[in-house]
Amino acid sequence: MTGANRPATSAETTRDGAVPSGGRARNRRSLALIVGLVLVGAIALVALLSIFWLPFDPSDTTGGRLEGPGLAHWLGTDRLGRDLFTQVMIGARIALVAGIGAVGVGAAIGMPVGLSAAFAAGWVDDTMSAAMDILIAFPVLLLAMLIVAVQGASLATVTVAIGLSMSAIVARLTRVVAKRVLAQQYITAARTSGTSWLSIVRQHVLPNIWPTVSVNLASQFGVAVLAEASLSYLGLGAPPPNSSWGRLLQEAQSTVVTAPLGAVAPGIALVALVIGVNLLIDGLRDIADPIQN
Amino acid sequence: MTRYLLRRMAILVLSLLLAMLAIFVLLRALPGDPANALLSVQATPEQIAAARSQVGADLPLFEQFVNWFRGMVSLDFGNSFISTLPVAPEIVSRLAVTIPLTLLAFGLAFALSLAVGFIAAHKSDRWYGVALSAFSQLAIAVPAFWVGILLIATFSLKFRIFPAGGFPREGWADPGAALAHLALPVLTVALVMTGSLSRYVRSATLDVLGSDYLRNARAMGSTMGTAMIRHGLRNGAIPVISILGIELATAFLGAVVIEAVFALPGLGSMLLKAIAQHDYPNIQGILFVSTLAVLVIGFVADIAQRLVDPRLRHSAGAA
Repeated sequence: MTGANRPATSAETTRDGAVPSGGRARNRRSLALIVGLVLVGAIALVALLSIFWLPFDPSDTTGGRLEGPGLAHWLGTDRLGRDLFTQVMIGARIALVAGIGAVGVGAAIGMPVGLSAAFAAGWVDDTMSAAMDILIAFPVLLLAMLIVAVQGASLATVTVAIGLSMSAIVARLTRVVAKRVLAQQYITAARTSGTSWLSIVRQHVLPNIWPTVSVNLASQFGVAVLAEASLSYLGLGAPPPNSSWGRLLQEAQSTVVTAPLGAVAPGIALVALVIGVNLLIDGLRDIADPIQN
Repeated sequence: MTRYLLRRMAILVLSLLLAMLAIFVLLRALPGDPANALLSVQATPEQIAAARSQVGADLPLFEQFVNWFRGMVSLDFGNSFISTLPVAPEIVSRLAVTIPLTLLAFGLAFALSLAVGFIAAHKSDRWYGVALSAFSQLAIAVPAFWVGILLIATFSLKFRIFPAGGFPREGWADPGAALAHLALPVLTVALVMTGSLSRYVRSATLDVLGSDYLRNARAMGSTMGTAMIRHGLRNGAIPVISILGIELATAFLGAVVIEAVFALPGLGSMLLKAIAQHDYPNIQGILFVSTLAVLVIGFVADIAQRLVDPRLRHSAGAA
């Protein structure tokens, strides 16, 4: 993108003679990939580690109240004397579970619905598309709040609620991409040669829509993580001692001046995860589709 | 255009009906009878039956829906289970906080993202252009409530420039005080919104800058400024307008979280309280008003897009 308005010099001409897209842009993308990998990898490792080992018991209140960072408590303690680093570690696990779970629910509902709409032409397709548009008009957060309001707050409810409200976006995209695939002549050829619709979906549609749909699903992960944090901040997320980063920030808000680390560390972890995933997607997209970039 | 307008209005009404049906089903047919909210756990069966008839939960579902529908359409949302006050006036008084918050934040974000997006695209080879692109990337990854917490810590607890939260009891009687209390919430919403909005402005600007019509206009002797205003603005505005609608709706509903951060007595904090207390009349009243707002915003955005883009205006049949 950056090199687009510069005249191409001979050194920049690629092997196949295409107009170069600019080496700087490509370098920036591979840098994005590396930074994304490091951020996401580090958080995933911490989350994994938190299953087997934690520096302190999450409900251990033997530490002093609002202690600063030190050798024993790396990030200090909260106002109940609990170790902050331990809680941030658990938060990493919850964020990943909520994010992956919500995207999974969104895909499990959205993709079949989108595929059915793509196959069903006429008024069925119209009605389904209209319903998707209405659902999409509702931000993830409000729908999730509604469901949590009815079902009560828990990690599972929040995850399913976010995934459910995401499924409309997934369904709409799946429908559009699948429709494009279904219009191809190889589909007609497959039908003529007697292939069943189910096999067509498996052999032609899914492999062709997956690159586009998977990128979208991955970018929904960041949205899901942020939504879970917001719901937890509002007190509608996983109940304690499963401290989500959102809940940690809510608890630390009142002591932000005396113990700023408690109101900063979970936020940085949250932003690092979302940015990491977004960078990872950018970098991977470049590898998956070198022509477009 | 008239045909499109009629068609689009039909969709608006239909969407509202569907959304109302969804609210009704979600709040009634799912576990958690609204009558339960009126009673303690040890209520006798007679008390439960009385509560159910008070709420109308003993009628057949269809009849319940018709009654409820009639109430909603005439903006009679019933009385709160908890305070027993009518819901509608409460919503109106809460909107006096939420609507200014939404509109001010939206206006600020719009102005900011035009500047940020344009510079990020036009000066992508300068350090500040790159820095602005990076800001957009960062802003979409930051939760709004955390920005709010950090702004409170900096601008009200450390430097004591703005109040940390709350809203004057007498509301807008003293506009200065009211605005001071809205300053940080508005800034919070606007900063986060600028992140996503400026990315659309940036890509729209890139499209315009790389377009044939702009190059032709420049070749015909038009200055960059004139060419951008006469050709670029209108073309670039088309994709941005449809996003504006979504952003405005998101800001209105995102107010729920921001009002919690700043302890503002708006629609969002009313909804949170209603959810905590299982106050169904309040919940459904708020949901109805929010739904209506979201749908009307989408409607207006679609019409605006047609007005700007003559290609869409003349293809009335295709929606």
